[in-house]
Amino acid sequence: MKRLFVAIGCALCLSVAAYAAEPAKAPAAPDAKAAVAAPAATPAAATATAPVDAAKPAVAPAAAPAKKKEIKADRTITITMFAIIIAITMGIVVWAAKHTKTAADFYAAGGGITGTQNGWAIAGDYMSAASFLGISGLISLYGYDGFMYSVGWLVAYITVLLIVAEPCRNAGKYTLGDILSFRTEPKPVRAVAALSTVTVATFYLTAQMVGAGKLMQLLIGIPYKTAIIGVGILMVGYVVFGGMTATTWVQIIKAALLMCGAFLLSVLVMVKAGFNPIGFFDEIVNNPAIQDYTSKLVLKDGVILNGLDAGQRFIEPGLFLKAPLDQISLGMALVMGTAGMPHILMRFFTVPTAQAARKSVIIAMFLIGGFYILTTLLGFGAAIHLTPQGIKAVDAGGNMATMMLAQQMGADIAPVLGDIFLAFLCAVAFATILAVVSGLVLSASAAIAHDIYVNVVKDGHADQHEQVTAARITSLVVGAVGIVIGILAENQNVAVLVALAFAVAASGNLPVVVMSLFWKKFNTAGVIAGLLVGTIAAIGLLVVSPNMTYPKAIAASAQKTIEALEKKQAALPAGAALDEKDAKALEKAQKTYEANKDGKSMVGLDKPIFPLKNPGIVSIPLGFLAAILATLAFPSRKSEEMWDEIYVRQNTGLGMAKAVDH
Amino acid sequence: MAEKTYDWAAIAKNPKFVELHHKKTAFLFGWWIFSTVYYFLLPIGAAYAPGLFKIQVLGHINFGYLFALSQFFVSWGIAIYYAHVANKDFDRLTRELVSELH
Repeated sequence: MKRLFVAIGCALCLSVAAYAAEPAKAPAAPDAKAAVAAPAATPAAATATAPVDAAKPAVAPAAAPAKKKEIKADRTITITMFAIIIAITMGIVVWAAKHTKTAADFYAAGGGITGTQNGWAIAGDYMSAASFLGISGLISLYGYDGFMYSVGWLVAYITVLLIVAEPCRNAGKYTLGDILSFRTEPKPVRAVAALSTVTVATFYLTAQMVGAGKLMQLLIGIPYKTAIIGVGILMVGYVVFGGMTATTWVQIIKAALLMCGAFLLSVLVMVKAGFNPIGFFDEIVNNPAIQDYTSKLVLKDGVILNGLDAGQRFIEPGLFLKAPLDQISLGMALVMGTAGMPHILMRFFTVPTAQAARKSVIIAMFLIGGFYILTTLLGFGAAIHLTPQGIKAVDAGGNMATMMLAQQMGADIAPVLGDIFLAFLCAVAFATILAVVSGLVLSASAAIAHDIYVNVVKDGHADQHEQVTAARITSLVVGAVGIVIGILAENQNVAVLVALAFAVAASGNLPVVVMSLFWKKFNTAGVIAGLLVGTIAAIGLLVVSPNMTYPKAIAASAQKTIEALEKKQAALPAGAALDEKDAKALEKAQKTYEANKDGKSMVGLDKPIFPLKNPGIVSIPLGFLAAILATLAFPSRKSEEMWDEIYVRQNTGLGMAKAVDH
Repeated sequence: MAEKTYDWAAIAKNPKFVELHHKKTAFLFGWWIFSTVYYFLLPIGAAYAPGLFKIQVLGHINFGYLFALSQFFVSWGIAIYYAHVANKDFDRLTRELVSELH
């Protein structure tokens, strides 16, 4: 009872804090434009690469360097909807807190989630704001390539379904460390597994936090820091008080809202196309704005296309994804990495049986796949009704395409409906962010509290009360660290961070999970070598890849500008000076050149050593190879003797750690 | 927590378990390889066979679009087929094995 009061009190404090944070932006509103423009100008160099980035489309980092237009949601309606979401989820937290008494409750919702519920929660956990806004934006700007890009995110679930979901349910308890330490030396293996989980979660969480901050800034003009702190407080509130139960329900609600929003908007788009897919494609190809836009796009590659040919080109591959090897490398990271993502693996410990785990993946696959198919309609619909030029004017990465479409489609029926629909989608984006970050904080906290504190530091001797307290304190710390990193990382390229998270999960986690489950000889040395080599290879290749900033390359391009302008000056009659615009450009280029000519990249390089932006194609085989070689070099009798046990357990569910009867 | 102890080595040699193991391994890895190959045909085809992807099949809808769309249906198809086989075959074998042990 005491705890209940504490929980209610804290929940109230949180909502008050969330509200208190809100008036803070009211006086700042007139300056909102300046606040948005200022940070956008500085990271121009870093974000300039975003549109051609083969990695996950950044939600907001691709924020327009020079913004001409803005999309503004109606504040009253939007904030009311946010408040409704906060109120409902806080209600859930209070309810969940009452039921969270043991470690199993905290990490795995007591194993009491059904297959269907878990399926919705997986979908809610997985589809981030980047999939929601980024992919439809990519389709609206680059047509076919945006759609092709989305495919890998669904196909990844075949690996989850066939290889990891059921064995993990049967062999695991709360974390990746539980599965890996089964027939190995528990302490070193748990420590390394926790390290890798925290690494993946940190990269992904940072990307989500930065995306959240920029998105809120763009949509309702809340300053970046306020947005991060607000989201962070809510996320910590859900996880610390409600544990897995609250996180699960936040994810389910988010998935339901997301599917509703996408479905409604798709219906409106299809009504305009008379529910005729062939006619819909005719509209795309015959749209003069799309034709004009595409012909300018291909002109950069020296191709001349006009009219219908240009329109047709929009639905053919190659406008965005121009490096096939990079594409394949990203595909590998997705197909393998999703199954190694700690926050996804953790979801399988919340269901009671392997059958429920299977059912949940299949439900998640239909939701995720259905959503991406609807996304095509939204992306192409936005291109038809708002024109790619119009979308690009609001945000260079196209991230606002869905939002703009919602406003337009609603307004076509009645002006107020446009505001309501836009506000609803803002609320969906808000719920999306909360659901994903909560799942990540929970998985990182589980790795630290359960693997490191309880099993390494305390040797597994901690009573339920101590375990739950440790988990709560850890979540609080992880959440606070997440907020700080989110604020510090404001100018980081989100796309790179997401690609890195998947590459590390695919190269470090997946090989060792698969071999733990399917290779008799696999042992301690293999787990440690696989995790370390895979993780280090992925990060190492990334810091020497073209994703980093190379000052010498910037200096070289500035040099070219200088030379061109000097030539222009030399060609002028004696005494005449360059006009103001050119003179300014020359001065700027000279400054850029001076600032960068002796610079080196973060690791002291002049130019990238590794040619691809996605390290998966090299780091995944390295992870596997290291795990295999180390296993063979240091054979372990114990691991082989215990093989029968883990293999029978994972296939039959016998002797399964029953989360319920602790 | 009174947990029942099992003779894991004996279960692993049980003919029912061996049958389950063989059926499952063949099914799971076979279909995983199929789905992976099918998926990678998409980026590889888009990059190296653009002519094929451009062929217009239905009005302006081209082969590339239909192929990308087919990825979703193939993935769903595999998922449903797996659920069907697992519910019918794998779960039945597991149940029979477990009841034999109790």
